[in-house]
Amino acid sequence: MSDYLEKLDHVTDAVDPTYGDTQIQNYTINFGPQHPAAHGVLRLVMELDGEIVERCDPHVGLLHRGTEKLIEYKTYLQALPYFDRLDYCSPLGMEHSYVLAIEKLLNLEVPLRAQYLRVFFAELTRICNHMLNLGSHVMDVGAMTPNLWLFEIREDCLNFFERASGARMHSAYFRPGGVHQDVPLKLLTDIADWLDTRLPRLFEDAMSLVVDNRIFKQRNVDIAVVSKEDALKWGFSGPMIRGSGIPWDIRKAQPYDVYDRMDFDVPVGTNFDCYDRFMVRVEEVRQSARIMKQCLSEMPEGPIASFDRKVSPPKRGEMKRSMEALIHHFKLYTEGFHVPAGEVYVATESPKGEFGVYLVADGSNKPYRCKIRPTAFSHLQAMDFMMKGHMLADTTAVLGAMDIVFGECDR
Amino acid sequence: MGHSAPKIATIDGIAQEIAGLLGSMLVETVDHADELSFTVVREKLADAMALLRDRAHYQQLMEVAGVDYPERPDRFEVCYHLLSVTRNHRIRLKVSTDENMPVPTVTHLWPVAGWLEREVFDMYGVIFEGNADLRRILTDYGFKGHPQRKDFPLTGYVELRYSEEDKRVVYEPVRLAQDFRSFDFMSPWEGAQYVLPGDEKAEAKDQGSKA
Repeated sequence: MSDYLEKLDHVTDAVDPTYGDTQIQNYTINFGPQHPAAHGVLRLVMELDGEIVERCDPHVGLLHRGTEKLIEYKTYLQALPYFDRLDYCSPLGMEHSYVLAIEKLLNLEVPLRAQYLRVFFAELTRICNHMLNLGSHVMDVGAMTPNLWLFEIREDCLNFFERASGARMHSAYFRPGGVHQDVPLKLLTDIADWLDTRLPRLFEDAMSLVVDNRIFKQRNVDIAVVSKEDALKWGFSGPMIRGSGIPWDIRKAQPYDVYDRMDFDVPVGTNFDCYDRFMVRVEEVRQSARIMKQCLSEMPEGPIASFDRKVSPPKRGEMKRSMEALIHHFKLYTEGFHVPAGEVYVATESPKGEFGVYLVADGSNKPYRCKIRPTAFSHLQAMDFMMKGHMLADTTAVLGAMDIVFGECDR
Repeated sequence: MGHSAPKIATIDGIAQEIAGLLGSMLVETVDHADELSFTVVREKLADAMALLRDRAHYQQLMEVAGVDYPERPDRFEVCYHLLSVTRNHRIRLKVSTDENMPVPTVTHLWPVAGWLEREVFDMYGVIFEGNADLRRILTDYGFKGHPQRKDFPLTGYVELRYSEEDKRVVYEPVRLAQDFRSFDFMSPWEGAQYVLPGDEKAEAKDQGSKA
């Protein structure tokens, strides 16, 4: 030690000739674009002072596929499956905004059973999405087991989607005027059983491992605190704005489909940190299950799509007998339907927040402009101010609590 | 009963209230499908937004969307979607501009506008005056052109592949293996905007008879 101090004695710097000083510069690192905790292709250029993040510049657009441009060249129905591929973790939440926007322009009435089915599957999507987010958030801060348990539930959800629509992820189940197909009664009873037994058991088991866990709290409590004013200024929505203590939920405030008949609570945070955002999502899963049970008990029998044959196609069986049905089917799947000129902005409460569609129609069979309002775009922008002064290792916790999927952010 | 899209309560006299607030800044008010759109003078946009945020309680800027109308003199429309969480109401503000006229930024009112404006700049080439960080955001590093403009082809101009010889990704002009198919569904009975095959003969015959 003494010879080391002696050596330091002779080290002098031209700028600051006090002994022992070495100049430390801020260090810039590149986080991503391929990083397991970035939940996709995110590149963060971070300026570090030691381990403290001074500045954080997210570079997005690495998954930009030009969805909005492609939609302008497709008919309204052909454009629908693109929405599944935006936020591929909660596909039906994306479709919901789009079909409601079309229906608003057409002023099309949707049969009650279809509205119930949509709410039912939108809430199943919410559970499915939160399973992925909660699990990966926990894993990003160091715990492995809950993620595997939550993926069990997610697997169940995907199986239910497959039984309803034929596809596990990209369902294309919501259609303008209703839903694509009716569901078999067995599927509904199976989901009811699952809601009563398997979901609460697996979910509460997994949550009992994390919510009071000391390490998990150390990694999340008081990390990235966002005040109410900041949450409003940065355009937060969904669990992010509720985590900041503002009880704002579009399902309650501006109800669509049959959400106005549903009885559910809106959880809000009290400390406005990453832990609160996590806990808001945990409670939302329970509330979603509650909504789904109400749907099951109240869902009426009846048609699942509008009878307006200029918008929704006839049944296959009808086409075998009726010439008119055949013509309608042919016209709908070649030319598609025309939407009267006008513009609407329809936003729904997707699992990640406010997912909006600004649809400009010019009276033809294709959208003139379809602007998609992703949730992640606004949230990710706040990364810089949320990260300021936090440690590098907190990046994953902040990102996990934002719930970002790049298919939607980059479009 | 009608559609089941999100029900936004109509507030009595809200259009008059905002019109009074904006005064001479307001150009046009459109009430369509229960949604209010206000077109304002481009230069006064930031003032109008500040009034709406502070006096009319529209706390949140949810979305900035560009739209391209190539046939208009001011071809671009920039639409701002505002949300009031206290009054539970949404409105839309619009300004129109062209390739060269800058739109005043609103980043000083809402920091969220930073990226939203960057996106409109990237996609349409609309310039926002006062936005300190007006870089491209969604397109590739070094991308040329503004892809959402109506005169930008769907296929783009360049494609990229990994070149085994150069050991890197290279850009090349787009080559389509199959022609781009664009179906025309405009019914000739509904007044097509083009000359149908054979129609030009009828025109020529008419002129012949006159001569």
